[in-house]
Amino acid sequence: MAEQIKLTIWRYNPDTGDEYKPQTFIIPYQKDWSILDALNHIKAEVDGSLSYRWSCRMAICGSCGMMVNGTPRLTCSTYLNEFYPNEITLEPLANFPIIKDLVVDLTDFMDKLRSVKPWIIRENKKDEEDTSNEYLQTPAQMESYYQQSLCINCTLCYAACPAYGLHSDFLGPAAIALTYRYNNDSRDQGRGDRRKVVAAENGVWKCPVVGDCTEVCPKHVDPSAAIQRTKVNSAVSWFFSFLKGGKGE
Amino acid sequence: MCLIKFIKSLEPLWWSLFGLGGAIAAFLFPAHILIQGVLIPAGILPKDMLQYENFAGLLSSPIVRIYFLALIVFPLYHAAHRIRMTLEDLRIGWLNAILPLLCYGGATTISIAAVVVILRLS
Repeated sequence: MAEQIKLTIWRYNPDTGDEYKPQTFIIPYQKDWSILDALNHIKAEVDGSLSYRWSCRMAICGSCGMMVNGTPRLTCSTYLNEFYPNEITLEPLANFPIIKDLVVDLTDFMDKLRSVKPWIIRENKKDEEDTSNEYLQTPAQMESYYQQSLCINCTLCYAACPAYGLHSDFLGPAAIALTYRYNNDSRDQGRGDRRKVVAAENGVWKCPVVGDCTEVCPKHVDPSAAIQRTKVNSAVSWFFSFLKGGKGE
Repeated sequence: MCLIKFIKSLEPLWWSLFGLGGAIAAFLFPAHILIQGVLIPAGILPKDMLQYENFAGLLSSPIVRIYFLALIVFPLYHAAHRIRMTLEDLRIGWLNAILPLLCYGGATTISIAAVVVILRLS
């Protein structure tokens, strides 16, 4: 008999009102299959009602994140051979409301992402419209934000973050990493715009430096370091505004 | 409630004190534990270094006094912030509401006491 592998998938269907419960699938084991390939096999051959998100299959779109044996992973770049002959348990990403099966509601993250204005802001609004302007950067200037620019918004860091799990108001790792990315871009002038969101009580200060965000990041963005550096920058600007006679911002 | 709101608005201050206190606790505490807790009792360094007269003599210098004050005060704020962050995660509503006052207020009270004690040393 061909080799087989056991996948336990936690399922939820809001239409039937059934409770959130696990379902086990035993499928053929192919050593070059990713977990996403296994899910596509289940959907095509075993149970067409299984719901999950995916698109690119090459760890760039960030849609196929799930809890794989309790750890947030991109299933397109996590292979069955890492676990075989042991079984694999799949759950929807932690800390998010479940829509159906392995699909979670990312509205909260999208709102937070928008709130930090993750795009290049110019003080002179005409600069943003005028496409004839060139804003040259040295390799060193690009290096200062390049790592954070690799974020694919897969939200694995939110699923790993215990602070976000406990305080849903927390701005969270990816949004702060992207703030850092734009604040440190030499073409950007929007640091002040972002400060009131990022340097607020629910911004960087909510981070207890657990570091799991950095551990799970599939693109090695290191959100934890970005948050700690943003804390230093925020504290320095707070002291300066305090010394200037302001209330501290 | 107004006071607690004000304390919370000073977050960058608390975090800076937390960071400074953490650095002091990480770098200087082990040195003190090694010298005062291990090397002197073990007889590797002369035992009379720990005698009251010798220690009090050290404290007659203002620089040593400031050093000991920093050694006490900043790690107090480090502890206050860490305890606050940890207890906040337990999500006890009434406790969370007063935690900033309790933790930073406690650290400030003990700091003031430390200043008074060190100033009054003859």
